[in-house]
Amino acid sequence: MRLTLRVWRQRAADTDGALSTYEVDDISPDMSFLEMLDVLNERLILEGEDPVAFDHDCREGICGACSLVINGEAHGPERTTTCQLHMRSFRDGDTIDVEPWRAAAFPVVKDLVVDRSAFDRIIQAGGYVSVPTGAAPEAHATPVPKADADFAFEHAECIGCGACVAACPNGAAMLFTSAKVNHLAVLPQGAPERETRVLDMVAQMDAEGFGGCTLAGECATACPKGIPLVSITGMNKEWLRATRRAGKR
Amino acid sequence: MALATRTDRRPSRARTLWDSSVGKKTVMAVSGLIMLLYLVVHMIGNLKIYFGAGEFNHYAHWLRTVGEPFMHYEWTLWLVRIVLVVAVVAHATSAYQLSRRDLRARPVKYAHRRGRSSYATRTMRWGGVILGLFIVWHLLDLTTGTVHPGFQEGHPYQNVVGTFSTWYGDLIYIVAMLALGLHVRHGFWSAAQTLGAGSRTRDRALKATANILALLLTAGFIAVPVGVMTGVVS
Ligand code: HEM
Ligand code: SF4
Ligand code: FES
Repeated sequence: MRLTLRVWRQRAADTDGALSTYEVDDISPDMSFLEMLDVLNERLILEGEDPVAFDHDCREGICGACSLVINGEAHGPERTTTCQLHMRSFRDGDTIDVEPWRAAAFPVVKDLVVDRSAFDRIIQAGGYVSVPTGAAPEAHATPVPKADADFAFEHAECIGCGACVAACPNGAAMLFTSAKVNHLAVLPQGAPERETRVLDMVAQMDAEGFGGCTLAGECATACPKGIPLVSITGMNKEWLRATRRAGKR
Repeated sequence: MALATRTDRRPSRARTLWDSSVGKKTVMAVSGLIMLLYLVVHMIGNLKIYFGAGEFNHYAHWLRTVGEPFMHYEWTLWLVRIVLVVAVVAHATSAYQLSRRDLRARPVKYAHRRGRSSYATRTMRWGGVILGLFIVWHLLDLTTGTVHPGFQEGHPYQNVVGTFSTWYGDLIYIVAMLALGLHVRHGFWSAAQTLGAGSRTRDRALKATANILALLLTAGFIAVPVGVMTGVVS
């Protein structure tokens, strides 16, 4: 395949950037999107140019590091991560626009790499359970109903990639935060911190400068792990419950 | 080893609500639903125009005497007005503050634009502004009569016919009611999500209710200028 790429190039956080055009040839439809960028970068290095910086780690769809907006869609046209997107999703001769996640809370570090540590701080604010860890506990000591376990697992699937923020017209982190809040709220291990967790995580989310939810639904469409929009409804419910109870503690 | 216990005090409930994006959205949802409830009642009341001047004016007079003898003349009406003003101000203030936060959170647009979300979703902000301006015009037109040539205090039937006998009266009103339909279509469903009442199983029912409410409100309100334009009401 022969493709024209228009890639966001930005030397550093405090410099201006622009889209640069590159032609790539001999791309196999079986390559992943990142492998296609590797081909481009090998050539750029040989030509003595600065290679395109982009985030990646596992390349198997589980770490959440890869983060590209491809033709205006977070993680591109398929419902998967950029590393699991294959070039067969494009056609020979296509022009493809590649941009970084755009959000005030995710500043560009270089080219296509953004700083997502705002997510880490949201997790630090409450996305944990304070239990003594040691040897693995007896699995039947704390029974969890199957439906609750499934619900928790569905939300635990979030890999923290930030596609939801990138897709949201308001740069909101509601889907990410709701995934973690819902995951821990139904489990017995999460019960002691149920109220403080949601209050603190939402407060941190606001403090980081993410936008609010207008229920446009773009986040759930972009999420590679299928976290549903109704998770946000669930978090709103948790937040209201915690606010009602906060006075009693 | 015992873990340290958190002892820090939290801000009051009202503070938490107003300072949080989720809380402010709750204010929007509750104030929106209050206005919505009022609009349903208002729309049904307006349809009495089809039963003639006597019945319509009598209804308007009754609005001032509801609750008597417990309430004094116009007390109930003023109570409703106060609740509505508080709702409109709370709704508009939260809308403004939340919108500013949203725009700041996404300062750089994507070079590759895509068509996204439904029309009703995208027009909430401008639709809201249109509704706000309409509310002001509507009060000056049919409540105070400030912008209404030939306004007669205490004769609402004649005033309504007067307004809808002008082309601009019809135009402003119909455009505003179409904007209202779109706003309610996304707003009612959104409010359910904001208040945590939505769920996977209830989603279709909520969307259907939002559509029906939007349609009934728009059609019901527009029936009045249409009645005057077609001469059924004169
Ligand atoms: C003063 C004029 C108004 C303005 C400026 C305004 C603006 C807005 C905005 C910006 C939103 C948020 C949109 C979003 O989440 O995407 C909204 C939501 C809403 N509006 Fe209004 N609006 C106005 C009047 C009304 C009226 C008259 C009603 C009554 C039917 C109403 C009912 C609602 C409801 C129910 C919501 C949903 C709240 C939520 O998302 O939880 N609004 N409005
Ligand atoms: S909710 Fe989905 S899109 Fe958002 S961070 Fe988690 S996995 Fe990524
Ligand atoms: S590189 Fe790990 S999810 Fe894509």
